[in-house]
Amino acid sequence: MSGLTFVEKALARAAGVAEAHAGDVLDVTPDLIFSHDNSAAIRRIFLETGFERIARPDRIAITLDHAAPAPTTQHAQNHAEIRAWVREQSIAHFFEVGRGICHQVISEEALILPGEVILGADSHSTHFGWLGAFGMGVGRTEMAALWATGQLWLQVPESMRITLTGQFQPGVTTKDLALYILGRWGADGGQYRALEFTGDAIRTLSLDQRASLPNMMAEFGAMSAYMHPDQAIFDYLASNQQRDYTPLYPDDDAIYSDDHTIDLSSLEPQIALPHNPDNVVTLSEVLGRPVQQAFIGTCTNGRYEDLAAAAEVLRGQHVVVRTIIIPASRDVLLRATETGVLQTLIEAGATINTPGCGPCMGNHLGIPAPEEATISTGNRNFRGRMGTRESDIYLANPAVVAASAITGQITAPQTILNNNANLQGASL
Amino acid sequence: MSTHRVWVYGDHVNTDVIFPGKFTYTLKDPQAMADVALQDLDPTFASEVQEGDVIVAGRNWGCGSSREQAVTALKYNGIRIIIAESFGGLYFRNCINQGVHPIVCPGLVAHLQTGDTIEIDLEENAIIAGNTVYRIPSLSSTVQAILQAGGLVPMLQRRTGRLA
Repeated sequence: MSGLTFVEKALARAAGVAEAHAGDVLDVTPDLIFSHDNSAAIRRIFLETGFERIARPDRIAITLDHAAPAPTTQHAQNHAEIRAWVREQSIAHFFEVGRGICHQVISEEALILPGEVILGADSHSTHFGWLGAFGMGVGRTEMAALWATGQLWLQVPESMRITLTGQFQPGVTTKDLALYILGRWGADGGQYRALEFTGDAIRTLSLDQRASLPNMMAEFGAMSAYMHPDQAIFDYLASNQQRDYTPLYPDDDAIYSDDHTIDLSSLEPQIALPHNPDNVVTLSEVLGRPVQQAFIGTCTNGRYEDLAAAAEVLRGQHVVVRTIIIPASRDVLLRATETGVLQTLIEAGATINTPGCGPCMGNHLGIPAPEEATISTGNRNFRGRMGTRESDIYLANPAVVAASAITGQITAPQTILNNNANLQGASL
Repeated sequence: MSTHRVWVYGDHVNTDVIFPGKFTYTLKDPQAMADVALQDLDPTFASEVQEGDVIVAGRNWGCGSSREQAVTALKYNGIRIIIAESFGGLYFRNCINQGVHPIVCPGLVAHLQTGDTIEIDLEENAIIAGNTVYRIPSLSSTVQAILQAGGLVPMLQRRTGRLA
């Protein structure tokens, strides 16, 4: 008898069965379920079913993040409907406009823990793999069913293992790794599969670096994207956690549909060209292409280290295209304020917006004009994604976006950093 | 056995082009969602699609967002069956839970053009296009039960007595 993968163990535990294997269909009871601005629409589906009370309001989180603060009266009405529902149903974890993006906030609040199962009405719920949890996105009807019964049917997926070795060269990040994976195996490379990231390299990654990777694996088609949790994760959760947990690890002899190894030291910065996240080339191949907007933020790359990396490039410089920076959460914004990162960004000419999703899905706070190109730290560059069909979106890491903001064309950050160093040398 | 006109699309058609995100918190009525379906990919679709038409697509149909309106918008245009080489996982689930039948059928799309007709025999798990018969996989009993109920909402309505 072979061993079990992480997802086989996690879903068996959540379904209350002794053992589960790829292909089994289970009724899973998640430890946490969450939604965002789509909660009003979910409420309407929930009421259609005839259920009146939410099954487990203590295990629900709702954030207002996708169009926050509300850009139109319609969006404001949507938020108002959600607030009333939260009160009526005594939903335990509600996060107002400005608290931040669902995935970041739920992580900061330690509402989900290693070995647990979280289902969210957002495709980037693969994010929670960074904590060693099973995170998966679901649709609105599925979330309504979860509100009603606390359970959802899931088919246990096969697993794909990616072992990470070596260390990144300077200027290379997990965003580049995610783009590399997409470029190498395609946007359906992880389709119908649970990913497992393993290998000694994980220990060398900062927490902010780790979080970007499972998040972006939604673009790989992955159902979930687990990363081996270690002491750094347990320490991160310790101050806020409300319940005990037991982390889960795959067995050594578990069976994988695919097994790959990536040496991080071999990677260069990557960039996704319009109009698919897997349309990836190395940055050096497309230097010099003009951009009219730079955007740093989103659940993939709106964390403190992302802002700090941008500040390092922008220090003492001035942007020549409009540059929009949106911290992923209030906590990120506070930290960037305390350390001076925010001041550096503002002095360089960037504009700072309310923590949330920003222009990533075309609602507000940085919609490009037709024929304008945006370079973004986000996760999607689909045609029309930012609200305008006739607009190009490039995806890159925060330092690359910052460097491109200074020149108005796709630029390697090293060019700017070397220049900064020379200028400083000259002034001595 | 039933006969259907097909709309043919390529690989990696994502939820943003099936139902743009800019409408996601402003359009509430399913018919309004249907009116903007596929507008960034095929502006003729919403005005010319007919009840019972079928979509036949390439790899990874519906990749991207968990956005269920990308199924609703097609369902309220009369689409009851979507055939693809493969589906985005969330999209596949959203279809089932809304009572729209997703069929994985490698090879079919390459031999069809929009406006062609095919025959679908769900009892025999077969699709007939021209002189070729394509075998399709049967779905798990759980999934079949949801589809037969018409989706997750009617299933829950049975539990609350809203449906007999």
